[in-house]
Amino acid sequence: MMGALFKIRGGVHPDDRKHLTKDLAIEKIPMPPVLHLPLQQHIGAHAEPEVERGDKVLKGQVIARAKGMISAPVHAPTSGTILGLHSYHSPTASGLRWQTITMRPDGFDRWIRRAPPLDPLTCRPEEISRRVADCGVVGMGGATFPSAIKLNLGDRHKLEQLVINGSECEPYLTCDDRLMREKAAQVIDGARIMAHSIGVVQVIIAIEDNKPEAIAAMREAAADVPDTSVVTVPSHYPMGAEKQLIQTLTGKETPAGKLTADIGVVVHNAATALAVHDAVRHGKPLIDRVVTVSGGAVARPRNIQAPFGTPIFDLLEFCGGLKEEPEVILVGGPMMGQPIKSVHAPILKGTNGVLALTRAETASRQVMPCIRCAACVSACPMGLLPLDMAARVRKDELDSAVKIGLMDCISCGACSYVCPSNIPLVQYFNFAKGRLKAIDGEQRKQRLTRKLATLRLTRMEEQMRAKKEAFARRKAEQAEKAAQAAAAQPAAQSGAQEAVAQSGGSAETGAAEGGDRQ
Amino acid sequence: MSSRTVISGPYAHEKASVRRSMTLVMLALAPATAFSFYLFAWPAIFLFLLIAAAVLAFEAASLAIAGKPVRIFLTDGSALLTGWLLAMSLPPSAPWWIGLAGAAIAIIVGKQIFGGLGQNIFNPAMVARVALLISFPLEMTSYVEPTPLFSNLAPHFGDSLAAFFGLGGHVDAVSGASILGHIKTELGRGASLSEALAGQSGLGALGLGQVTGSLGETSAALLALGGIFLIAMRVISWRIPVAMLATLAAMASLFNFLGPDHYPNAAIHLLSGASILGAFFIATDPVTSPVSPRGQLLFGMGCGALVFIIRTWAGYPEGMAFAILLMNAATPLIDRYVRPRIFGHGAKKSGAASK
Ligand code: SF4
Ligand code: SF4
Repeated sequence: MMGALFKIRGGVHPDDRKHLTKDLAIEKIPMPPVLHLPLQQHIGAHAEPEVERGDKVLKGQVIARAKGMISAPVHAPTSGTILGLHSYHSPTASGLRWQTITMRPDGFDRWIRRAPPLDPLTCRPEEISRRVADCGVVGMGGATFPSAIKLNLGDRHKLEQLVINGSECEPYLTCDDRLMREKAAQVIDGARIMAHSIGVVQVIIAIEDNKPEAIAAMREAAADVPDTSVVTVPSHYPMGAEKQLIQTLTGKETPAGKLTADIGVVVHNAATALAVHDAVRHGKPLIDRVVTVSGGAVARPRNIQAPFGTPIFDLLEFCGGLKEEPEVILVGGPMMGQPIKSVHAPILKGTNGVLALTRAETASRQVMPCIRCAACVSACPMGLLPLDMAARVRKDELDSAVKIGLMDCISCGACSYVCPSNIPLVQYFNFAKGRLKAIDGEQRKQRLTRKLATLRLTRMEEQMRAKKEAFARRKAEQAEKAAQAAAAQPAAQSGAQEAVAQSGGSAETGAAEGGDRQ
Repeated sequence: MSSRTVISGPYAHEKASVRRSMTLVMLALAPATAFSFYLFAWPAIFLFLLIAAAVLAFEAASLAIAGKPVRIFLTDGSALLTGWLLAMSLPPSAPWWIGLAGAAIAIIVGKQIFGGLGQNIFNPAMVARVALLISFPLEMTSYVEPTPLFSNLAPHFGDSLAAFFGLGGHVDAVSGASILGHIKTELGRGASLSEALAGQSGLGALGLGQVTGSLGETSAALLALGGIFLIAMRVISWRIPVAMLATLAAMASLFNFLGPDHYPNAAIHLLSGASILGAFFIATDPVTSPVSPRGQLLFGMGCGALVFIIRTWAGYPEGMAFAILLMNAATPLIDRYVRPRIFGHGAKKSGAASK
């Protein structure tokens, strides 16, 4: 069992507003008329389409294959017909169009022949991670990092603990809460499978204290499972952030720029544990998830199990539509979620919530000058000075912002949440990080170009040199030959003369003979 | 600035706003203010109202000239709070023009010239108080004995009004010096501390405020309650007031121990001379104090030490305003060098390393 918990710095206590959906059991949405499946629902390289317009596919069939080291395949969530590969609305603030496979379900929901169940205790760890990779499992807490890669971490790191993150610290969201209540045994089984795969014994399931039912259900399910404990952590945003959660549980601080695996801990989301269970025990690829649809503007908030690709519009319709004009529609939670541009955009592997918030809920107010009240400083879980960083970003001094910790910012939004002047601090940081990434990419490209150019130059120089050398060599050879020839000439000539003489003689004789013969 | 300002997350916000913070501070000041109105009666009330009106007028004018949205900034409460703190730091019997000049200095010189809300380096109310103290030492150090409202001593409404505006009208005030001023003068005359303190109000009166002094010096107890309220409401952090008062008390105790006949003890230092007002309400002005927790401790300690030094060895018995202004000046430096440790940097030893 765990000892005492450790305190994290900063953080905030937003009103959790989970009462809207926490007591509503997970419901399955009727199959939508079309599904839009982007090729990139994960961090890493996008998947490579495997199907064409008009293809008939079965439920669970791979429709886009993983490509490269960090990637994940996309499976058909149901059986039906591929309508095409095109660019379609993404569930993002920019509304950028992404490469998307659109399919029309046929209503039969016919499965493809699934991979046979694996026995996690007898199979090798690589088999588990391969299965998890094949099933397209990614981090379902929103990070969407391909899970199989994290299951291989045991190869290179000395791991001690697996933490299952059931903290669900974002307000409104209750999908993990419901999963842990309704599928506790499966979540724990998934966790044990992952533990086996990464070679650790101890599993800690961390749940915030605002989910007593989930804690009870998971405790019960874990009662007879060895080395598996359920730990209640305080409701304290951002408890669900990996580094903060680990610090709470173990007191260990992940060094900047390192992985949590470097301090011996791997964190997976509770929904991911369930997905791993499904993949390993049932050969079921990741094709659907639970999404909390909530917010003051939603007529009947719900926890919905929906296939990936379901348009957000259909989810909202399933909840009785909107009862009032929302100020914003978000995917994710209110703290870190993204506003979406189009309700026709689909839900993805990482979509844990769809929120339609009213004006009163978003509490948007007048932006005022910074009064240096330091509320943001006390709220920052990373020990940063948000006001100072924002001032530097505003002055376009990105380098100096980096110097005081911009890259350590986890974009949790706690600073913006408390700022009495409503300064959009985290927005500055996200903007700056985006810029830096672009600049970095640009620089890398420039470096690459420069490198290529230099390479080309050296290659050309080398070629030139080689040519010159070859030329020189040839010349030298020729000269040598000439010299040799020159040196050899008198002798040769005399020899030749001799020969000629001889042959001449013989020729003469021959000729004479020939002549004779003629 | 548009009214629709949310562009990205978070789409939730604490119930905090500049106006709310300012309002809470004023709420915390209200009991002590009401009590000093009672003590000093009409002259104090007139002074307060005049300053309140003047700061708002100056603020509105400055905003209009600077081309800023007047309504939004005027209603943020910051100007009114500055005026309030200024009124609390003036002698209750100060004439109208002192109040008006103070309001002008505080708002225009102390705040708007720096760029308005959040931009000033020095606490505007203290800038005004110090400027007035240097320019009008006589008016700024003439204190009257308390003349409670509704008591026989209380000056008449009409007379007070006339006297306030310098139109004759006789107010029967007994003038007195604040306790620190008195001690200083007496010690300067070569008297011992116990002689100096003889006949002065006891510590209980000091704490409750039945004493001579500026409005805000008069009720340490009510002001401390207000300060604790602000800490509980998370409007201010405990660091500056605690560091400041602890440093002041420690230094006072040390010197009192070394020379009991020359140095007043910690209680006198804490309960008089606006120590409590300064520690909870003025030094904690967010704009002019450091933002990091350790910086705030340092700032508080600096204020405490300077208050003691100025009160003890410099020419002004009430060193609060000077001490805070000096530390205000040091704030940019403190903020530059005293920063919180960033998570994951130079951390305590972390656990297992890579294989
Ligand atoms: S919370 Fe807002 S107003 Fe306060 S210091 Fe930070 S940025 Fe400035
Ligand atoms: S968003 Fe960044 S700066 Fe703001 S509180 Fe979170 S980690 Fe700190």
